[in-house]
Amino acid sequence: MADTAMKSLGGVLARQGILVAFILFMVGFTLWNPRFIDIDNVFGVVRSSAILGVMALGVTFVVIGGNLDLSVGSMLSFSAIVVLDLHENPAFGPALAIPAMFAMTLCLGAINGFLIGYLRLNSLIVTLGMLSAIHGLTLTYSGGQNMDIANQNDTWFDVFGRGSALGIPIPVLIFALLAAILGILLAKTPFGRRVYAVGGNDTAATFSGIPRARVVFMTYMISAFCVATAGLIQASRTMGAQNTVGQGMELEVLAAVILGGASLLGGSGTIFKTVIGVLILGFIQNGLLLAGLEFYVQFVVTWIIIILAVWLDIATKRGKLWSPIA
Amino acid sequence: MQNDTVKKLVKNGAIWAFIVFQLVFFEVAGQWWSLSDSAFMDADNMLLLLKQSAPIGIIAIGMTVVMINGNIDLSVGATYALAGIVMLDSMNWPFMEAMGDAAIPLAWLFALVTGCVLGLINGVVVWKTGVDAFIVTLGAMLGYRGLVFMYNGENPTYHLNWTMVDIAEADILGLQTPAIVFLAVVLIVWLVMTRTVHGRNAYAIGDNREAAVNAGIRVGPHFVLNFVLIGFLAALSAVAFYSGSGSVNPNDGMLFELWAITAVVLGGTKLTGGRGSIIGTLGGVIAIQLLRKGLGHIGADTETVNLVIGTILIAVLFLDRQLNRKGAEELKV
Repeated sequence: MADTAMKSLGGVLARQGILVAFILFMVGFTLWNPRFIDIDNVFGVVRSSAILGVMALGVTFVVIGGNLDLSVGSMLSFSAIVVLDLHENPAFGPALAIPAMFAMTLCLGAINGFLIGYLRLNSLIVTLGMLSAIHGLTLTYSGGQNMDIANQNDTWFDVFGRGSALGIPIPVLIFALLAAILGILLAKTPFGRRVYAVGGNDTAATFSGIPRARVVFMTYMISAFCVATAGLIQASRTMGAQNTVGQGMELEVLAAVILGGASLLGGSGTIFKTVIGVLILGFIQNGLLLAGLEFYVQFVVTWIIIILAVWLDIATKRGKLWSPIA
Repeated sequence: MQNDTVKKLVKNGAIWAFIVFQLVFFEVAGQWWSLSDSAFMDADNMLLLLKQSAPIGIIAIGMTVVMINGNIDLSVGATYALAGIVMLDSMNWPFMEAMGDAAIPLAWLFALVTGCVLGLINGVVVWKTGVDAFIVTLGAMLGYRGLVFMYNGENPTYHLNWTMVDIAEADILGLQTPAIVFLAVVLIVWLVMTRTVHGRNAYAIGDNREAAVNAGIRVGPHFVLNFVLIGFLAALSAVAFYSGSGSVNPNDGMLFELWAITAVVLGGTKLTGGRGSIIGTLGGVIAIQLLRKGLGHIGADTETVNLVIGTILIAVLFLDRQLNRKGAEELKV
């Protein structure tokens, strides 16, 4: 009896380890400082994680499909710069700037998807090349200048980053809504099952008649859509952007996705776990700040947590703590 | 048989052909279209090019070894910055200051040891936990950058020592110290990879780990050694660069890993491991720096360089795949 209970507890721990760690972490910090769980603080954390989080939702699809996307950071800079520039363009204005920016960002996603899905090129190198190329494109577009909205009082553009509805900040609402839609798409639809199949076993998926190329293409389109949304929040929150606003975010996003338990080999991971991964990163940062530590201490803590999380994950799978590498 | 030799020549020579093409193109474009009033293929210009490519180049050589071994290292940029900070900050310690110029080699030693230790940590974690090197070094990229910031906050670290600057800017036959260090690293690592048991084993492990294990090769120690090597080279790169500049910013070295990987891939090393060459990487490094300088030479925006390099990287990947697939089909016939 007790044995079975222990076993099932072990099973839960192995499967939901990251969630358990998250709860323990939250409880620990709350006991130490009750302000941590304060509703304003929680919203503050989720709001500041929303940009990273929205990007991580898209990258989750790519990673489950067995690929990587290192171009999301550059793409974020691109979309933020473009939407701000078009906003200032009298021919566009905010109402047209947003769809135009989405279309342009989706074009970049389509290039990724075409090269990796249809031409079957290595995703790490393609998106590395795209990281550099999109950065160059952004700089050429902006001429190296920062973009700012001149008349900030005369526009409704700031609603996506600064507004709130029913007491909930809009970025949090966007993040939650997108997470719900994409979570259903991934878990409950035939398309979602195909993404898992392609990432789990490419050859087997092809032989069972799944259009591998189209599925991979779509994962990159979803990723680009998420980046465009994140770019909109970013641009709207700061009402201005530098050319390098997304620099380095590709790896932070990937860290959140991996922390959530998605395997880089593809075929595993869920939207819910990615959200947990994003929140863990956000709350660690917040907790360390509340503890009076500098922001960069979180980098070191994140490093240790990522390695421990992935190590524990594979150690439970292989049933041994240390690797069998001779 | 002859066909094979030709194919090999085409594959290994492609990067050099590209370099020659760039040289001619920028020279001709500069003169004919009168975009520039100076010659591009000028000896001083070329020597300077070698010096400017040294920081990324030295790291790229280490990256080649790690990638041949079947791993990758994303933490080199942070290692570079931390080694630079340790070197310059150690010069400010009281006992080091008391030593005068005799402290310089000691400061270099501290920097190199820092690089080796950071590499050792990565290597041991990859070996003992079995977590993929991509994840381990992705984490370390954040972690080591955190250490860089913890060392001196967001302030730059500086120490100007004229003897050190003189050493960094000394030249032999027009080659300045960083360029000499770079070329020496290329030579030594090339010898290690082609003439030693460790080099041969590194290729074997990258090509087929199972087979290597079955052949009695101990995979772990080779992993660790190669990570220590790339840590050492990242620190050496910092020593060569910061001895001359005398100031480290905590954001220095960001994206170095991506530039290094780009150079390595352009030089023909495979991401899957087991194949690649040090000389090819030398070509990749020079090609990137040439492109950077050349675009400036003909008056193009320096911003376009990112666009061009990204496009070339993808094109190389595509062409390489096409060539290889063709080769495989011929083999079947």
